[in-house]
Amino acid sequence: MSLITTLARLEAVDTGRAQPLATVRHRHLSERPLVFVPLTTAGEAGAPLGALVGTDRDAPRLLVVPQPRDRDLRFAFLAELAGVVLPYIDACGEDVEAAERTETDPETGKRVKVEVELCADAPQLIVPSRAGIEFVRLLGRSMRFRRTAEQDPETPHPAPPHVPLLGRWLTHYGERARVPGSALLLALTDVVSRHWATGQSSLEDQHLGALLAWIDPPENESGAEAALRAELRRDAKGQLLCPPAGPATDPAFDNKLLAPAIERYDRARTALAAAEDGLQADDRLGELTAAEREIRELVDSRTRPTWDAVWHGLDLLRTLPEGTHAADRWTRDRWSFTGHRDRVLAGEPPQPRRDDAVTAANKLATREREQARLEAQEALDDPLVMAGRRLAGEAFAGEVTDIVMAYSESKRPSPRPLVTIRTDDRPHLAERAKVYRSLGGKPQAAEFVEYVEGEADGADIDTGGRSIVLRIVDKMGRGKEPESGSVPEKGDLVCFTLFEHEQRGGAKLPDPEDTPWTHGGPPGEATHPPADPVTEEDVL
Amino acid sequence: MNKAALASSLGSPSAFGQSQFAFMRGNAFEARVKADGGAELLRLVHEKLDAGSEPPVAGLVPDLAAVGPEGRAARTALALREATEAGAWTLLDHPMLALDVAGSPAYLEPDAVVVHPDGSWTVVEIKSFPMLDGSADAAKVGAAARQSAVYVLALERVADRLTPAPEVRHSVLLVCPKDFSNLPTASAVDVRKQRSVTRRQLDRLTRIEDIADALPEGTCFAPDLPTPDLTAAVESVPATYAPECLSTCELAFHCRDRSRTEGAVTSLGRSLRAELGGLTTVDDVLSAARGDSGDPADPAVAALRRAAELRAEALGGREGLRSEVPGRTPC
Repeated sequence: MSLITTLARLEAVDTGRAQPLATVRHRHLSERPLVFVPLTTAGEAGAPLGALVGTDRDAPRLLVVPQPRDRDLRFAFLAELAGVVLPYIDACGEDVEAAERTETDPETGKRVKVEVELCADAPQLIVPSRAGIEFVRLLGRSMRFRRTAEQDPETPHPAPPHVPLLGRWLTHYGERARVPGSALLLALTDVVSRHWATGQSSLEDQHLGALLAWIDPPENESGAEAALRAELRRDAKGQLLCPPAGPATDPAFDNKLLAPAIERYDRARTALAAAEDGLQADDRLGELTAAEREIRELVDSRTRPTWDAVWHGLDLLRTLPEGTHAADRWTRDRWSFTGHRDRVLAGEPPQPRRDDAVTAANKLATREREQARLEAQEALDDPLVMAGRRLAGEAFAGEVTDIVMAYSESKRPSPRPLVTIRTDDRPHLAERAKVYRSLGGKPQAAEFVEYVEGEADGADIDTGGRSIVLRIVDKMGRGKEPESGSVPEKGDLVCFTLFEHEQRGGAKLPDPEDTPWTHGGPPGEATHPPADPVTEEDVL
Repeated sequence: MNKAALASSLGSPSAFGQSQFAFMRGNAFEARVKADGGAELLRLVHEKLDAGSEPPVAGLVPDLAAVGPEGRAARTALALREATEAGAWTLLDHPMLALDVAGSPAYLEPDAVVVHPDGSWTVVEIKSFPMLDGSADAAKVGAAARQSAVYVLALERVADRLTPAPEVRHSVLLVCPKDFSNLPTASAVDVRKQRSVTRRQLDRLTRIEDIADALPEGTCFAPDLPTPDLTAAVESVPATYAPECLSTCELAFHCRDRSRTEGAVTSLGRSLRAELGGLTTVDDVLSAARGDSGDPADPAVAALRRAAELRAEALGGREGLRSEVPGRTPC
């Protein structure tokens, strides 16, 4: 955490309200995101208990698994979920625009431009917290290897249609969420705490209710008080007033409310199965329906506050204007979405359990590159982030105090003007270090020449200010005289960074078919891996 | 001492609890792993840790029942000695081990300890979080490794009393459900690092007698005392709260309240403390940042003032921009 962030946190403690950490929104928010608030069963891997899902804040769809250990009920839940999520995804997949991409021509080996489709918008999935992202991954993993009866008539426990497809999409979204700066799948706590500093630790910021309370407390209450209330206050029955954002539930809820309700449901189901005639069965079916309704109400009561909190958080985020480069990163997300859509349409098998060497290395390289890109872009979009970089000596801003025209010593001299900048920042500049500034959205490079200490007015020494001489080296056109506007003028305020603005990709990796034996050799033909075996515990 | 009861009496009850679903599932899984005289468990130990030895056919499972923790610890030590001499696969189900912590014995109950035919011992930890495609949640594995390291240390104390001292293996076996099933799978976890960390921490712990000596005469932590008396008693023991305490200590909410009231910066995270040098309270830091106090020659103060300036510059004129936000209140 940088000192500026620390300071913001301390100010939040002092004032009792969250303090801004950003002046713009650093993530793209879709016009119509799909919010997903899942709950899971404690102790079971990938056994959902229920969820609220939908794109309309006033009309979420409630999905419930009355007995989470029953595989058939779980499948029914997943099928319903697919019924909500897949149409949303398909709608975005159909609306395309033409785009260009450079590809290597397989015959000539040259890089050529190819016209391809790019989806005009991508579906955006919002979950309340980071644990929600993990749960999306887990759901994806649990579904993508399943087979439907149509795919494989022999399969012993066929999954409902669309469930394997939903698994592949959720896997893709979970995987994409690991790329820094991506916005296909967002955890609201992460995004909100990126933009506001609260007076609590980052550990406590994982609690969505407490986090929002710091930012937007109710009237006549400080953020600190409201956050404490959201975190700990329980009602007369010992239940949290603000249930955890999930997917894990509060143990007190499990033990006191959910377990008895599930037990009643189990009893009603056993009784129905044992019914001897139609009349009795009708009565008992009524009991079963009542027991199921009770569980639905319980799940609704635990997910609804989180659902409202997520939309409230989105409202808060929308009060910030979107950062310039967030749109650029969203375009990358759209490429990612389009790529996966094409793989699904081409009938490729689901993502494997383990990536092959080339895919894994590519993923890591992408994450590293995107991390560097994100850091640079956030600083360029937001003076507050740039302030942190300036404090760290990775950038400096100041006023241009002098310009001296100079030329390179080649046969055709090009302009290499010397610019003197007075700054209070203390950048760590090595000899001939490259620095960059943004010139009409493109980076312009300059070379560090020297420090000039102690200007004539003498005030510099007190403030720690000094002057830096730079030699501008590019983006000035082809002529002998630099193009107008390409060189700063005396009195201009400029900001140079020591980091590059645009990221270059690393060395190209071989194609998967050419994986060297040191890395396991070629992965071979992509196959459909077998589904997880069904064990007796899955079938009650 | 029952810290949970103490925390409730102090008015800051702890939030720990286990869902009965998790509890049932965990128990069912452990029972399944240890079923049939631990056949499956011994097979996993053989496969993952000791593939060179003879495969276990029917392991011995000695009876470890005894009265009281001391009795059970003694019984465990005896069973370990016998099993080591016997040179056969032996499973000790829920043995009891004693470890000296700050001068007082603490009793520990690992899920299982396996004695190999060569006389070496292995700690087995059974957890109910899944191992998905061969990998499990790193944080949970780390916690399990730290827990097992303590058992390894305690076992080493038992081994030291035998001649020749048997080897306590530094790789423990972590048994977890495989993927989404209830079938066990296992992985060897090297706990040498956790073992040396724990050993050093145990050596450095202030002895309980020293803490007790420093307390005023008559200090009592009985949960039925009136809250002010109890608060005063708890206050007399120094504690430095950090957010990590929330996940481990029942008294964390109490300490957090105190820490926040005092304005200690560590309540926001340990890393802050390192960044801020000698400034330990929120007021100190903010007043130093505003230039009201602090020595400008102190690098921490100078950096703070620069940070405050830069922050104000970047936010310049933005104060009050946070207009009324539409929407509901959280919760």
